[in-house]
This record gives sequence, structure tokens and C-alpha cells, in this order.
Amino acid sequence: MTTDLGNGASAEGVEIRKLDRVVIRFAGDSGDGMQLTGDRFTSEAAAFGNDLATLPNFPAEIRAPQGTLPGVSSFQLHFADYDILTPGDRPDVLVAMNPAALKANIGDLPHGGTLIVNTDEFTKRNLTKVGYDGDPLEDGSLDAYQVHKVAMATLTIGALEHTGLGKKDAERAKNMFALGLLSWMYHRPTEGTERFLREKFARKPEIAEANVLAFRAGWNYGETTESFAVTFEVAPAKLPLGTYRQITGNTALAYGIVAAGQRAELPVVLGTYPITPASDILHELSKHKHFGITTLQAEDEIAGIGAALGASYGGALGVTSTSGPGIALKSETIGLAVMTELPLVIIDVQRGGPSTGLPTKTEQADLLQAMFGRNGESPVPVVAPQSPADCFDAALDAVRIALTYRTPVLLLSDGAIANGSEPWLIPDVDSLPDLRVDFATEPNGPDGAFWPYLRDQETLARAWAVPGTPGLQHRIGGLEKADGTGNISYDPANHDFMVRLRQRKVDGIEVPDVVVDDPSGQARVLVVGWGSSYGPIGAAARRVRKQGMPVAHAHLRHLNPFPKNLGDVLSRYERVIVPEMNLGQLALLLRAKYLVDAISYTKVQGLPFKAEELQDVLTDVIKGVPA
Amino acid sequence: MTAIDLGLPGLGGLDGVPTADQPQKAKDYKSDQEVRWCPGCGDYVVLNAVQSFLPTLGLKRENIVFVSGIGCSSRFPYYMNTYGMHSIHGRAPAIATGLAVARPDLSVWVVTGDGDALSIGGNHLIHTLRRNVNLKILLFNNRIYGLTKGQYSPTSEEGKVTKSTPFGSLDHPFNPVSLALGAEATFVGRAVDSDRAGLTSVLRQAAEHRGSALVEIYQNCPIFNDGAFDVLKDADSAARRIINVVDGEPITFGGGELAVVRDGFGLTVAKTADVAPEDVVVHDASDLNLAFALSRLSTQDLQHTVTGVFRNVARTTYDDAARAQVAQAREAKTPDLAKLLHGNDTWTVAG
Ligand code: SF4
Repeated sequence: MTTDLGNGASAEGVEIRKLDRVVIRFAGDSGDGMQLTGDRFTSEAAAFGNDLATLPNFPAEIRAPQGTLPGVSSFQLHFADYDILTPGDRPDVLVAMNPAALKANIGDLPHGGTLIVNTDEFTKRNLTKVGYDGDPLEDGSLDAYQVHKVAMATLTIGALEHTGLGKKDAERAKNMFALGLLSWMYHRPTEGTERFLREKFARKPEIAEANVLAFRAGWNYGETTESFAVTFEVAPAKLPLGTYRQITGNTALAYGIVAAGQRAELPVVLGTYPITPASDILHELSKHKHFGITTLQAEDEIAGIGAALGASYGGALGVTSTSGPGIALKSETIGLAVMTELPLVIIDVQRGGPSTGLPTKTEQADLLQAMFGRNGESPVPVVAPQSPADCFDAALDAVRIALTYRTPVLLLSDGAIANGSEPWLIPDVDSLPDLRVDFATEPNGPDGAFWPYLRDQETLARAWAVPGTPGLQHRIGGLEKADGTGNISYDPANHDFMVRLRQRKVDGIEVPDVVVDDPSGQARVLVVGWGSSYGPIGAAARRVRKQGMPVAHAHLRHLNPFPKNLGDVLSRYERVIVPEMNLGQLALLLRAKYLVDAISYTKVQGLPFKAEELQDVLTDVIKGVPA
Repeated sequence: MTAIDLGLPGLGGLDGVPTADQPQKAKDYKSDQEVRWCPGCGDYVVLNAVQSFLPTLGLKRENIVFVSGIGCSSRFPYYMNTYGMHSIHGRAPAIATGLAVARPDLSVWVVTGDGDALSIGGNHLIHTLRRNVNLKILLFNNRIYGLTKGQYSPTSEEGKVTKSTPFGSLDHPFNPVSLALGAEATFVGRAVDSDRAGLTSVLRQAAEHRGSALVEIYQNCPIFNDGAFDVLKDADSAARRIINVVDGEPITFGGGELAVVRDGFGLTVAKTADVAPEDVVVHDASDLNLAFALSRLSTQDLQHTVTGVFRNVARTTYDDAARAQVAQAREAKTPDLAKLLHGNDTWTVAG
């Protein structure tokens, strides 16, 4: 719900309404440039100082057939004058560029919501293509909404008439017309967008000019026609002091890896293979070779992680990035990293599964794969970011664990975090953790021998001697190791010992205690989440509390090992509920480990939870607790 | 897409690897681990040849790394007093690629077998060769799976009766040299395990080559495929079968009685006496077509087997190029983390 904060009037007599938050969804054909339009509006909101969160949603096909339902691409943006947690459940404003976009999205627009339609695409042919019998713009079926019919293509072509640009090229700028109109409606700053367009099309100045003109035409259309009686203002948010930028999860994750390499003073080698939705991490890191980063696009997923592990063996920070199907292929090498006890960071940007599943949609269903998806007892630490900006810290933490404990670490992001964006309070570089490591340089065993499997007593990390170190020549591999010497050993007691030792090492990894958010301190119900559901769970908890019902929220960054205080936290509440975008994987782990009767709430629709639905779920659970 | 000429200078295979202060002996390369191949296994001969040959390179032992996959031959690193990793089935070239990219100061060797390199790891092998990573790949070809106790391999002959093919194998075998050449390998050689001199000569040229060097070594497995290469070991029959090629020299064999001549697009064997001397093919290791024709002259039944170095050409290596890109980027731009994190579009919330 948008809260009305009072009214004013502009000089032209158009009413200005103050709002605390707005959700806008731009929807159109894949070829309509909706992602770019959304991105630009996001930048404008960021520059203005709003807090914001975004949710892009696009088809897996690069160019699905034009004007069809599968070809619809959308970008939802939530901006506010306070700190928000999610991209919003439902749009307040829906921009539909064609009948397919209208059909696919109208169900999410609440009654009374604003609908802005590009009427030019509402031809009989296009309507039939998506199964409309009549024209919804004419048949009264949209009466529940505030509909603005705008011939965006026609108006754009008109505005560009004198530029000499062909009709087809001119028409393509209609997304900027839409952006201009919305920018006017919400009093957004425009300089950034104009500058952006001129830079983006620097090599095609006539296209740059056309887009700027279309953008201005959209703005002027709002100002001059009388169809819009109200404009809206959302004041800047009161966020913690500091310098901010807008950032997506994949970019933040890539920056986290860059920063970790700098703080560890190690070269970074990313061995990887392109896969949706993780490829942007490869793209981003490829740009930053001057930080000592080598990116290796391998022949397959297996070679990608193999190269990363080989680089780690050589004393670099080895990293690989993929999604669930890639993890399946990399499992054997992860097992080798467990056995050879070498640092390695494995990034899994989760998507809908199983198999190829839903490549562009989000899911959290790789948790058990990350925990157990290998042969033998093969413990691997698991770290999960909770929001786009949080990917930076999560990446640094994953590297800390990998280097300190000489172990592969799984970093579980997901599609919603990867492509979503939010403001990021840019950290001071000097405040980032010191990740430097000590390589072994001296023999450590009896008679001047080097024993690669002698351990640090505290961390249980083994000595890491890199090739080129004189006198420490040794051989490692996937066969079971004798404790200490690291020689091949088939001894039954040694195997039992080593299996338990590797488990003990991972169990003993130091992770911060989980923090419980319970402002009243009165909650009897605890909601536990992990990963990208942080936003919707947090927003739902706020709503529930506003209704006068206390609820506690604990969000897990560390899935393996769990924080030491987790068992204690779970036991303090009468009910524990675990919402997940899978069929209850965290709930299964919590039940197994802590014998807690956790309630599992699950959904796998390829989209994040809505705060509204979680609010209902939490309310039901709280009401069910006997007084 | 634009292509950028990387224009890297020519380097030797071992440039950048530090050299030893003291002369070394074969025993310096023996580890303290007991060698556990079956008695009579060809792997012993190759191990001895490598341990005798490495000291002649004069490199620091700690800068030599052996990476292997899975199979009998892949136990090799355990027996070498160098750094080593016994990895997983088929993946040694991938792991070694990462190591070679990260460390220009290492001489990296991959030890693999016909199953490891050509079956489960076939993809990594061809892509490593294509990229020309500075790795020396020793492919022990015994035409059988030894470690899993005797199933046919991708180099076994059609119809071979093994535990997994009691009615004969249906698979058509690879010719590893042809495969490597097709995969754009810049160096391809072949040797027979029992021929110490020939093996050492190929190993030396491989070590000195900058880039991927594939060396196929015919290796006898006395337990599961005994005598597979016997016809190449009996002095009489070997002379008429083994065609050893040397760059720049006419290709004759059988005590000079036989010669290799052109035949359409390929090559054939003729009696030297029957052909004009100028018709005898002179080996040219830079000629890809000749190398391929020579590889086709080697047949599965070993009627003829070409040994020596088929191809040896210079091409920029992947790892040199990867490091050059990083170095160039560093020259052009100072790494400034704070600047990266800030980007171009920031805003400040002030009190
Ligand atoms: S099985 Fe064959 S190849 Fe393996 S060690 Fe024994 S003899 Fe050698």
C-alpha cells in the first residue's frame, strides 16, 4: 500500500501528491528495451536519494517470438523515502508496451492502480496473438484501473520527424518516451539519463539524439497534455550516512572477489564456463585484469573448476562461477579440493531446477546439493548472501574461510540477487578484512621432512606449500591421505580418523553468531530464512509487527557450519517457521540437527516471495500459538 | 568482434624456470615412495627414462610439477621427487592449465593414459592442445584399461575381446597423433617405451618446445594386453615397421632399404631402390599436412609406426598470452580498489 503523505499543487495546477514509496513495473516485448528503461529509472531514483530495490524478469530465449506471452520482459522497481527490503509485491503503476505485456502482468496490478498503455500495439492481430477476443482498452474490462492510453510509438515517431531517422529506427526509441513520461510523473532528475544516452550511443550520435528527443518528448507529453492530473513525489530516504552507489548482486560478488584478491595479496584465477545467471560475474571480472585477475573461459564446467584448483595449488586464489547444473558437473573436482585441502571458491548462482529447469528464474533449491552433492563424506562450508549488495561481504567471507581453513567453499547466490539491484553503502577499503596467508617455507616434519598434512592446531588447516618452494616437494591427490605425512594410505583406522578430521575442520570454522531481529523482545514465533528471502521475510515481519504481533527473524549467512548459537536461538521460541524457495531444504537440516519441529513454508514459482503472502503465513502461525 | 594481435615474443619451453645450482642425478628425482606397478610393466621403463632425462635439463626440482589423472600411469607423480598432483580421471590437463597460467616459473608435465586422455578426458586434451598451454603431456598408450582390470580402451583394436567385450569390441580406435594434429597441437611426438634413446630424444624436444607437447608412448601392459607392441620390439620386424622421422632428413628405414614417398594426398612406403632419391620425402616438422599424412601411415596393426617428432611449430601459448594481458592491463591502469568500488555514479547521504 502506498501511503499518501499530503497534497500540494504545481505552478501549472497539476496536483503533486507526496508518497512514501512506489512500485513501478515496465513490461514489454523482449525487444522493447524494458530492462534498459528500468535500469535508467533506477539510476534516477538512486541519484535522487531514494532507497530502492529492483526485480528484472525476462525470458530464457534471447528473442522469443515478437508480441507473444513467452516474449514478455519486465522490470520492477520499488523506491521509497525509507529503507525498503524488497522490490515490492505488486506494482502501483504498470507500463504495458503491448497486449502481451498487459495480459501477462495485469493480474498483479491492484484495483485502483495506474496503467499506462502503448495503444499503438493494440492491433487486432496482436490482440489475437495473445488470445484477447476483444480490445481490453475498449471493452470495459480495465475499468477497475486508472488507465492512460498513450500512442507512444506514434508520438515518438512524430517527435523524431525532423531528425531524418527512418520510421522503424524512430519507433525503437519509444521506451525512452515511456521513461520520459514516468520521469515527469515522479519528478525524477533527467540529466543522468541524457548523459547516459549520449555515452551509450557515443558512436552513433544520431541514435543518441533520437533517444534523448524521445525521452524529452515523453516528459513534455506529461507536462502538456491534461490527461495526467496528478504527479507524485517520493522524498529521499534517510539512509545511514556515507557514499552510495547502485549495484547488482553479480557485480557486487565480482567486486568482492577483486577485493579479496587485493586483501589477500594473491593473484586471482577465475576458471569458468558461461551459464545463466552467473555469466555476468565472468564478464565483470574479465574487465579488471589490472588487479591481477586472470579469467579463463574453459571448454566446460569441469575444466573451469579444474583450472581454478590448479591455480590454487600454485598459490593463487582459485575461483569458479556457475549455476546448479554446473555444480553437478564440478562435484568431483570439489571432492578433490576437499581431499587435497586447497582453498577454492565455488560460486553457485542458483536458478530453477532440476536439469536445465528455469534458467532465468530464481530458486534456492541447491542447498542440499551444496551440502551433500558429492561422493563420500565430503564436508564443504556454505555461505549465502541475503541481498544484492550483501554479495560483496559474502564473497569476502567465503574467501576468508577458503584461505584460512584450506577448503573449497560454496557461495550460494541466486537469480533474484544476481540481477536485482539496490543501493550499496560503499565500504572504506581499509576497513576490509586482512586476508593475507602464510605459505609453508620450511620443513615441518621429523628429520627435515615436509609433511603436507600436518595441521594448525587451532584451525586444523594443513600446511600450504606451493611449487617452487625449495625442499618442500610433495605429492597430493585424491587418494586417502595418511594423517600428517599425506602419503597414500588404505589403513582402515586412518581413513576413519581422516574422515572425522575433515568434518571436524569444517565444523570448527569460526562464523559469527546469528543475530535475531525482535524489536519488542516479546516474540514467541521465530522465522528463519537464508539467502535472497531476507527482503520479503523482513518486510513481512515489519508488517506483522505493525499489526501488533511480535515476531522474531533470524537470517542465516552461514549454512555450514551453522552459527554456534543457532540451537539455542531455535529453542527459545514456541514456533519456528522456515520459508524457502525449495521444498524445505533448510527446514530438513534444522530438524535433523536441532530436533526442532520447524514448520516449512515453501514455494517454487521462479519468483521471490511476496511480503504480503509471508505476512499472511506469519500471521496464521502467530495466531495458532496458544496464549 | 575485433581480433587483437597479441604480438608476443618467441620463448623457449623452459624460459622462466629457474635452473639448479648443482648438477643433478637420476636418483635426485626418485621419491621415497615404493613403486607399485606390476612386474614387467612398461611404466617402469618410462619412469627410469624420465628420471634419467630430467637432470640433463638442469632445472630446479622444486620448479617441476607432475600432474596426472587416474589410471596405472597416473601414479607416476608419487614416484617423482618434484611437486605433484594425482588428480581425478581425465582432468589433469585442466588442472595443469590453471597451474601453468598462474605460474610461469614452473615446468609442468601431465602424465596420462589412453583411457584417461582419450576417453573421459578427451575434451580437455583437445582444448589444451588447441590453446597451446605450455604443458608437456606424456600419453602412455597401452591400448587397454589396466587399473580397472582389463576393459578395452579408445585405442584398442576393433573386435578386441576383453572382460567388457566378450564378443569383441565394437569401437573404432583413435589414432592419438592424428587426433592431436587435428586439435591444432603445435608439438606431437611418439616413442616406444623400450627405446630409451628415441624416447629421450622426443622428451627433450618436447621440453624445449614452448607450448603444448603431446608425446604418445607405446607402453606394454604385461597383465592385460601383453605383447601389444612386440612387433616393434623384435629387432627384425621392428626395422621394417618403425619409421623414425627427423626434421630435415629423408625418411628411410629398414636399414635404408625402405623409404616414404608421396602417394596422392598421402604417403606410402616404397623400396628405396625403386624410387628416385629426390622422391624420398624429407621430413619437415613445420608441415602440418606432412605430419598428418605420417600419422595416417601409422596403422593400428602396427604394420608401420612412425616415431619421432611429427610436428614442432611455434605459436603463442595461452598462458603467456594470458599473463601478457594482465601485465598490459597493469601497465595501462593502476589497481585502485576504492575507485573500482565507487564506479561512476555515486551519491552521498550527509548528516
Ligand atoms: S595393469 Fe598393466 S599398465 Fe597397470 S601396472 Fe599392471 S602392467 Fe602396468
